Amino acid sequence: MRVEGKAVVYGDNIDTDVIIPGRYLVLQEPSELAKHAMEGVDPNFPQKAREGVIIVAGRNFGCGSSREEAPVALKHANTKCVIAESFARIFYRNAINIGLPILEASLRDKVSEGDLLSVDLVSGIIENKTRGIKIQAKPLPPLAIEIISAGGLTRYVRKKLGLE
Amino acid sequence: MRAGRRGIERLNIVEKILARASGEKEVSPGQIIDAKVDKAMMHDLTGPRVIDSFREIGVKRVWDPERIIVVFDHDVPPSTIKAAELQKKVRNFVREQGIKYFYDIGRGGVCHVVMLEKGHVKPGELIVGADSHTVTYGALGAFATGVGATDMAAVLATGSIWLRVPETLKFEVSGKLQKRVYAKDLILHIIGMIGAEGANYKAMLFSGQTIRDLGIDGRATICNMSIEAGAKAGIIEPDEKTIKYVKERTGEPITPIRSDEDAEFTKVYEIDASRLEPQVAIPPSVDNVKPVSEVGGIEIQQGFIGTCTNGRLDDLRAAAEILKGRRVKDGVRLVIIPGSQEVYDRALKEGLIEIFIKAGAIVCGPGCGPCIGISRGVLADDEVCISSANRNFVGRMGSPKSKVYLASPATVAASAIKGKITDPREVD
Repeated sequence: MRVEGKAVVYGDNIDTDVIIPGRYLVLQEPSELAKHAMEGVDPNFPQKAREGVIIVAGRNFGCGSSREEAPVALKHANTKCVIAESFARIFYRNAINIGLPILEASLRDKVSEGDLLSVDLVSGIIENKTRGIKIQAKPLPPLAIEIISAGGLTRYVRKKLGLE
Repeated sequence: MRAGRRGIERLNIVEKILARASGEKEVSPGQIIDAKVDKAMMHDLTGPRVIDSFREIGVKRVWDPERIIVVFDHDVPPSTIKAAELQKKVRNFVREQGIKYFYDIGRGGVCHVVMLEKGHVKPGELIVGADSHTVTYGALGAFATGVGATDMAAVLATGSIWLRVPETLKFEVSGKLQKRVYAKDLILHIIGMIGAEGANYKAMLFSGQTIRDLGIDGRATICNMSIEAGAKAGIIEPDEKTIKYVKERTGEPITPIRSDEDAEFTKVYEIDASRLEPQVAIPPSVDNVKPVSEVGGIEIQQGFIGTCTNGRLDDLRAAAEILKGRRVKDGVRLVIIPGSQEVYDRALKEGLIEIFIKAGAIVCGPGCGPCIGISRGVLADDEVCISSANRNFVGRMGSPKSKVYLASPATVAASAIKGKITDPREVD
């Protein structure tokens, strides 16, 4: 599982209210949610993300509400992966459950906005192609890889229940 | 401290509840368990996506319609046609699945207020909710945590969930709170102290005389905001107040779980609350906390009292004490939303609602109100609100250019009278 995209860089404590503000939660449709992804902090994000991006952020990414619309909006805005120093726990679960790849790594001073990144999700090796450097992220826990490989939690549960 | 296998007599409350729920003799932090859920809660805003994921899983019936609680609160009564349609979808699901506990508009209120007061939370239980503030139920000694829609759908289908057993941080609080200093000030202080991810992936246990002295409403405020430090759960050991509260609300048997005497904790914080001032969280983060004396004077256009954090009867009483015989300053609107029908009813009988109306506040029917930024008091560009809620993120209550300060209901009430952020102790 390898993904590639240009880096979009944010700071610490990017909360779910700036990822997708509460007033848009009634939209439900992933493509509609995607139009407002990151609106609270970067209204141009949906345009930036069109060709596929990798979000690079600081600590506590996705803190706040349990809204699954946050990873859904990012995924459907064409975010290939989110790499943060740490994630808030509900966002972390939600991202894995809906199949938005995430990795924990500190990329401060190693990635600038616009750098081309290539990420191997299983090994956790992040390559900054613009700078020609490699960084090892914390590998995902086995259960998370199992859920992602199954195609998300609904498929994982279907398999567990013998429905497919 | 954690080296070697620990005796089963040294588990803390969190480990004991999770051991019981997963059928293990003992569990330890970091362990992944498959736990049986005692109750599952969802509301009007998360419900529709839960239902979609449930259909995708393809199970015909929910695991147990008597263990699922559905509460409408986030956009009630619906403010848009789209919201009305989504609520209809959840209502139909409730009917189709025979879900026993459904609190429709006018029957309940804010989910986390209703869950406690209707007896759906018992000490020792494992409860999951499709809402981050599910951690509130730790006030009654339950392990309760928020999950996303797909996790909740899997719970509806199977009755179980995988969890990583969290490390537990213990907050030992002593000292009598000063007059007009409340549970809200204490939890804001703690979040300021440990930071917005100070308890990420961990549980927070609140103990000590100050916590024991709090009523259930204050304990709910404390546990409610543990998520703002990233916590997986906030919890208070059940005592006689807990048992009395629960027994008044359910006839079901209660089997409380408490920490073993020599229970171990990842870290213990000792806090002296006796000198604590009223606290304010400054936007745009909940851990940017200062005593009101350092924030005073900031002009406000709106005050808001309510929510799952501070919309309970004790909160309205504290606000009424300040608003009685006074007027909200011209140019300021004060929105007050009782947390539930029950709170509303009791506030009416105690004369609190009359005090609010005479003060020039607007009282709306129970629900989340403007906290979520959907309706009933959203903010325009450059407006400032002081709120008794739990989040002050950019755009949380409306315009991304508005600002939200967080404080106790008393501080909100005092600020509404003066038109600027005010120490409630300055109002006699």
